[in-house]
Amino acid sequence: MYYDLVVVGGGPAGLAAAEEAKKNGAGSVLIIERDKELGGILNQCIHSGFGLHVFKEQLSGPEYAQRFIDRLEGTGIEVKTDTMVLGITPEKSVYAISAAEGYMKIDAGAIVLAMGCRERTRGAIAIPGERPSGIFTAGAAQKYINMDGYMVGKKVLILGSGDIGLIMARRMTLEGAEVKAVVELMPYSNGLKRNIAQCLDDYGIPLYLSHTVTDIKGENGRLSKVIVSKVNGYDPIPGTEIEFDVDTLLLSVGLVPENELSRSAGVVLDKRTNGAIVDETMMTSIPGIFACGNVLHVHDLVDFVTHESERAGKAAAEYLKAQRENAETTEAEAPIELHNGDFIGYTVPQKVTVSKVDKFIEVLFRVRAVLNNATVVVKAGDKVLMSKKHEQMLPAEMEKLIIPKKMLEMAEGKDIEIAVVKEGEE
Amino acid sequence: MLKTITCICCPKGCLVTLDTENPEETAKGFNCPQGKEYAIGELTHPMRTISSTVEIKGGLHPRIPVKTNGNIPKEKIFEVMDEINKISVESPVKCGDILLEDVLGTGVNIVACRNM
Repeated sequence: MYYDLVVVGGGPAGLAAAEEAKKNGAGSVLIIERDKELGGILNQCIHSGFGLHVFKEQLSGPEYAQRFIDRLEGTGIEVKTDTMVLGITPEKSVYAISAAEGYMKIDAGAIVLAMGCRERTRGAIAIPGERPSGIFTAGAAQKYINMDGYMVGKKVLILGSGDIGLIMARRMTLEGAEVKAVVELMPYSNGLKRNIAQCLDDYGIPLYLSHTVTDIKGENGRLSKVIVSKVNGYDPIPGTEIEFDVDTLLLSVGLVPENELSRSAGVVLDKRTNGAIVDETMMTSIPGIFACGNVLHVHDLVDFVTHESERAGKAAAEYLKAQRENAETTEAEAPIELHNGDFIGYTVPQKVTVSKVDKFIEVLFRVRAVLNNATVVVKAGDKVLMSKKHEQMLPAEMEKLIIPKKMLEMAEGKDIEIAVVKEGEE
Repeated sequence: MLKTITCICCPKGCLVTLDTENPEETAKGFNCPQGKEYAIGELTHPMRTISSTVEIKGGLHPRIPVKTNGNIPKEKIFEVMDEINKISVESPVKCGDILLEDVLGTGVNIVACRNM
């Protein structure tokens, strides 16, 4: 079996990449999805707030997915659902299996990795205590409630103030549960401000910052009590324990890109993002293998996933075209790297081939602290290429920086550093 | 009295401050007209959209997602949830199909959010 492009994953990233690749002349395109339908995590995100950038209106997750699924019609893009990819080779062979077709080897001209991410679990953050039932990751609970129609509990505590935790606090409340509190280890919330307002404040749900779960107790096999303590940094402070009588604990404690397949192909990963290292076209360390969406780095907004994935899809089509025409690729210079300066957690892309940039590059990054009135400075060596002032930057909110080609050329082949300078320290 | 309201119209979440005595003139902190309008609305008649699911028979899943296709008064959220929970539909349903018209006389419909 051969396809010009195989897209692994049929969520928002895979859908956008496939569509854009096809539009740009990619030839035969196949999306492989392990679930029984396309749409990915959007199918269980029934709340509103998606699509403001892409569609200029507020949609629920399933509606956002439906628009992309509807647009596949007539494009000739093929889809295999209920199909699990088992491995990918550096030569771009994809091994997959399904009940309908059995074991398959699919050779690809190019591959887009769009497998998304998964939730960190209780084990990943080592919460002490007993191990009764009633402890769920927030996304798992979301699926049970919104798709399968099972209510997971009546009295609920939520650990982690990321958006999924906040959204689930409201969702559980609407379905009749009593959400006692949301508990956050950090001194700030990791969710969007509007979700604090419309998911917690609207329903009078308290948010405990600088607190964490320090003990779990069960009764007859079901969760009965969660002990929460104030923390100093990461250390619980003895004597600050609060007891919550709850039957359910939801964990919203972070997402990890799901890169087992990328690793099997030998794609070089970035420790900071847990995703692939990519250039400005979203191409990984293996020519012809691209990555986008939450498998590359965890996003806050699906709209940004769509934009990034369109870029990956278009680049995959261009890669295929160059392969087809066997074009004498003019020797491009070695890519320059984007380094993290002060307060920068990571950047995507991590490298750029300047001569191949059209007009500008879009750099997505996260800061590592809450920063007010700070300036983002882009430097090559000692030379400041550009700087931009921000009123506020939060670790929970991804930032976007446009660097024009002119500025990149001014680096004269030197690596670039992106840093944040706090007010008064320039 | 000075109040600060977090706008929920977009992910930016502008903090709009305004004086309850004279909101129209004093509102500031918004980055678009929606922010001002939302904050003023919050003082007099807070409105929200809500999303939930309803039972579906013969579909791929046992539940289908639905939403209010417009704003409802915030104080009616739980009453509207009760109405939503009474709905049961049969597959096939199209995204956008009206499953309940003019819920509780709000002029807002409950619509399906996907095909199933």
